[in-house]
Amino acid sequence: MDLPLQDHLVVDLSQFLSGPSASLRLADLGATVVKVERPETGDICRHLYVSDTMIDGDSTIFHAINRNKLGYAADLKDADDLAKVKKLIEQADVVMHNFRPGVIERLGLDYETVKKINPRAVYATISGYGDEGPWADKPGQDLLVQAMTGAAWLSGNADAGPVPMGLAVADIWSGGLLVHGILAALVRRGVTGEGALVEVNMIEAMADFQFEPITVYHHDGELPQRTASNNAHALLGAPYGVYETADGHLALAMGRVPQLGELLDCSALLEYETPDSWFGERDAIKAILAAHLKTKPTQAWLDVLEPADIWCAGVMDWAQLMATEGFEVLDMIQEVQRGAGSTYQTSCCPIRLDGERLKFSMGSCGLGEHNAQLDATYQLKPS
Amino acid sequence: MTRPLEGLIVLEFCQYLAGPWAGLRLADLGARVIKVERPKTGEACRQLATKNIYVDGDSLVFHTINRGKESFAANLKDPDDLAAVKKLIGQADVMTHNFRPGVMEKIGLDYDSVRDINPRMIYASVTGYGTEGPWKLKPGQDLLAQSMSGIQHLTGKHGDAPTPIGTAVADGICGVHFTQGILAALVRRGKTGQGAKIEVSLLESLIDLQFEALTTYLNDGKRPPVRSAVSAAHPYQGAPYGIYPTADGFLALAMGDLARLAETLEHPELGELAGERSAFESADEIRAIIAEHLVTQDTQAWLDCLEPAGVWCAAVMDYDELTKHPGYQTLEMDQTVTREGAPPVKTLRCPVRINGERLFCEAAAPRVGQDNDRIHAEMLDA
Repeated sequence: MDLPLQDHLVVDLSQFLSGPSASLRLADLGATVVKVERPETGDICRHLYVSDTMIDGDSTIFHAINRNKLGYAADLKDADDLAKVKKLIEQADVVMHNFRPGVIERLGLDYETVKKINPRAVYATISGYGDEGPWADKPGQDLLVQAMTGAAWLSGNADAGPVPMGLAVADIWSGGLLVHGILAALVRRGVTGEGALVEVNMIEAMADFQFEPITVYHHDGELPQRTASNNAHALLGAPYGVYETADGHLALAMGRVPQLGELLDCSALLEYETPDSWFGERDAIKAILAAHLKTKPTQAWLDVLEPADIWCAGVMDWAQLMATEGFEVLDMIQEVQRGAGSTYQTSCCPIRLDGERLKFSMGSCGLGEHNAQLDATYQLKPS
Repeated sequence: MTRPLEGLIVLEFCQYLAGPWAGLRLADLGARVIKVERPKTGEACRQLATKNIYVDGDSLVFHTINRGKESFAANLKDPDDLAAVKKLIGQADVMTHNFRPGVMEKIGLDYDSVRDINPRMIYASVTGYGTEGPWKLKPGQDLLAQSMSGIQHLTGKHGDAPTPIGTAVADGICGVHFTQGILAALVRRGKTGQGAKIEVSLLESLIDLQFEALTTYLNDGKRPPVRSAVSAAHPYQGAPYGIYPTADGFLALAMGDLARLAETLEHPELGELAGERSAFESADEIRAIIAEHLVTQDTQAWLDCLEPAGVWCAAVMDYDELTKHPGYQTLEMDQTVTREGAPPVKTLRCPVRINGERLFCEAAAPRVGQDNDRIHAEMLDA
């Protein structure tokens, strides 16, 4: 199979998660990704530990984000190293970075400069907040962006205070959007031969992530109100939520409340006849459901609800999920091997192409692991 | 400005959110996106409302996710309509659908049949949980996919019930991946001329969204994530990472050196603790001490103290505070779209800038079949 980006060279100067998650996707789609890192320390993410588990001294998240890439160590403030990186960029299809505004200009690798040495390059950047306005110099970090964009007021119950989403959704969403811009620009380049500048910032990305609730806010001027209990979406009526059962938790999506009353043998629900009441009186309805659903185990409820086409599911953790046949057929886990020999397990690209799961056996790169190889392949050393 | 996907035609058979999310992004980037909908009622999302809000007969959700698209009404069970759709397929570059496995085969618009009509087609489908296995016919719905993916054990604090992310995150991230697959296939087609089949699912996309935490779990002996009891923000981050109450609001603190934080806050007790204890093992104890301290002053006072010292922090804002802030207004992220004869809808623009320009869109979401005449004239009758 031809991978979509085979024969594409990506020079990635970014670190942490937002940019590197984008180049990971490009690698999974077939691109050769060169991860350029400063000598000695490398990407700060190598040492951003999230548990006491490390692999070859680097954090587990670094290995998740940076598999299937080639490591090139270069000090961009050193003239010789910079010349080599520029030579690589001359041959690149995509150049990307996530430096704060102003830094790349000082390094002499800004868009205008790159465009001169390689007019076909797609030049892609992620910043925290764009390059103008009062936030331009603030650190572009996931939790800060979640906090600033109102995202902490959507999850959890009404009295919980701000509840951020417990993963780096702003970074990942920004990276996902950057991939859109890069690929669209490559499609265009296939027609015109010209490169492009693609810019994403994390605030706009997190606003986009919330475009549905923000559009509602623009419409009625009301802040999202989470439900008193069992909240799952601030803007949806009952029964939408997660409920404790006798042995676990059950999720109920949209559904007709009186029908649920009949199926669950819960007569108190029958009086809520109109869809308006399912939203307007959602706290009361959820309280009734919460008390009722506690009385039986999850499977007992599923056995009643699923045959009636009610949208419901048992809530699982990773251990439960990974024990299911449904998870196994997805084939989403792969084992990869680092150049040093160590192996680890990680998830793989969620996009299937021509019916095939895209898997790659190459693990994360060591710092500067591929300098010699890249120097030779792309003739980076001055002749 | 010329948009990158100008000249490309996308036929969107998708309903609800995940698929149309991709159609929206492709439209923003310049593609002509035609929703193929059943006559009169149109796609199901038109009646899927949040807060029971409708504009001109369609839910505001529908307006939000379908601006800038056209609508072609067709009954796929009617032979004449189907013939017209097949003629459109012959001229399109991309088609998307989210029917359950088997439906397109029955209609005769499965991948192999479409490839016979148009071998260059990028044929892209979204499902809830893939096309095989025990869940292939289960409704592909956001909250259900979240529930099954394990993601509810990451948000909220220790002892809380499983906590869903309070937006349609499965639909959203799946829409992002769907767009990536489609665009990548278009890049390949530009070089080789070949079409492609692209498949994504809500559940696989949610697994990918959790890839950092999952990779940690898969390699640390499968220890389940433990949410913090205090100032919870991320189960895999040590102190000070979290959200803290202040005298008048809330402050977010990202990762940072505890000793430096203690020095900046002039808090020797925190400094001592930071020296002795692990920011992971004693995270909650450390967070409790920070929390006790931060609640004594207003958010702005802490920002004035911490930001100049390089501590990564931010005020927790709501939509009122965000949209009124000069930082947000500088971005010009809002835009208004108007359907003829209907009230305007204020929504957000495309978050990707191309060649230094913001991509705005003027056209509102279409009425069912509003473009049939034009599409007939341009693509079918000629």
